[in-house]
Amino acid sequence: MVRGLTLLLLFQLCGEFVSRVLDLPIPGNVLGMGLLLLGLMTNVVDIKWFEEAAEILLSNMALFFVPAGVGVMVYGNLIASEWLPISVATVLSTFVVMAVTGKLAQKLETPEQDNVD
Amino acid sequence: MWTDLVATPLFGITLTLVVYLLAQHFYRRVSSVWANPVLVSIVTIILLLKGSGVEYRDYARGGDIILFLLGPSVVALAVPLYQRREEIWKRKRPILIGVFAGSLVSIVSACGLAWILGGSREIVLSLAPKSVTTPIAISIVEKIGGVAPLTAAIVVLTGCLGAVCGPEFCRRIGITSPVATGLAVGTAAHGIGTARMFEVDRLSGAVAGLAIGLNGLMTTFLLPVLMVISGY
Repeated sequence: MVRGLTLLLLFQLCGEFVSRVLDLPIPGNVLGMGLLLLGLMTNVVDIKWFEEAAEILLSNMALFFVPAGVGVMVYGNLIASEWLPISVATVLSTFVVMAVTGKLAQKLETPEQDNVD
Repeated sequence: MWTDLVATPLFGITLTLVVYLLAQHFYRRVSSVWANPVLVSIVTIILLLKGSGVEYRDYARGGDIILFLLGPSVVALAVPLYQRREEIWKRKRPILIGVFAGSLVSIVSACGLAWILGGSREIVLSLAPKSVTTPIAISIVEKIGGVAPLTAAIVVLTGCLGAVCGPEFCRRIGITSPVATGLAVGTAAHGIGTARMFEVDRLSGAVAGLAIGLNGLMTTFLLPVLMVISGY
């Protein structure tokens, strides 16, 4: 667990470094994910080193969002001032995105699967 | 003495964990999607803080430590992605096209609806990256001139909505494939949706994790182009 977490933090640190040096709009943790994937594909690192820590973190990922959500309380007044466009746009758009992405992906996925199976 | 104590990280961490565990217990009991532990925990903690007059600043001393673990968790998304790489690579076309369409529809529908309903320019722009993971959404919105804290709040609300309703909504409209479901929820509801998908299915979770990164990248490049085209 400690080894896995340390390595994950190292990859995040590399990602943060690259993001800052190249002044990229992509955050360090997302770049870190890309770097780790690259490291795994090229056999620079072994998947076994990460499995345990990744399992623990990913199965509890929902918890880590709770403090971010509590932060919404600070902007209550800002949201309240234009609650109608904000709430309608957020809710409808979220459902539309799920429908479009899911339906399209499923439609495109089916013939490919037939060839494979 | 109490005010000193709430200002320590111990308070925020313990409060978050206790409320989250109780919310998980409650979720198992009532079996309703609206009892989503993340949503229930957020609402409960906000009410407790407001009710007791504890400042958000004090809560955040502990909350930020829990939030920190999100960083390595995002990096760890590479692990299921690598484990399922063959299944995912076979579906690269539906994945890329699906996320691209979702990214485009997200920007256009969110901004369009807010604009039609008379939202101010600041609100319309702040809504543009609503389906993108928080850190990318913030950097996008700072570049285009929205209100970063408002975007952060909208992103979290979008994530909760997608996590709560996503899997059930997809099933009802006939999206049954684990890849398409993971992609839909990951594209619309970023990390909070992904966390939910990992509870439903491992492959869906892996694909949702990939969608976070892809949607973030696509929105980053699409949004400036759309702003030029629309002249907004």
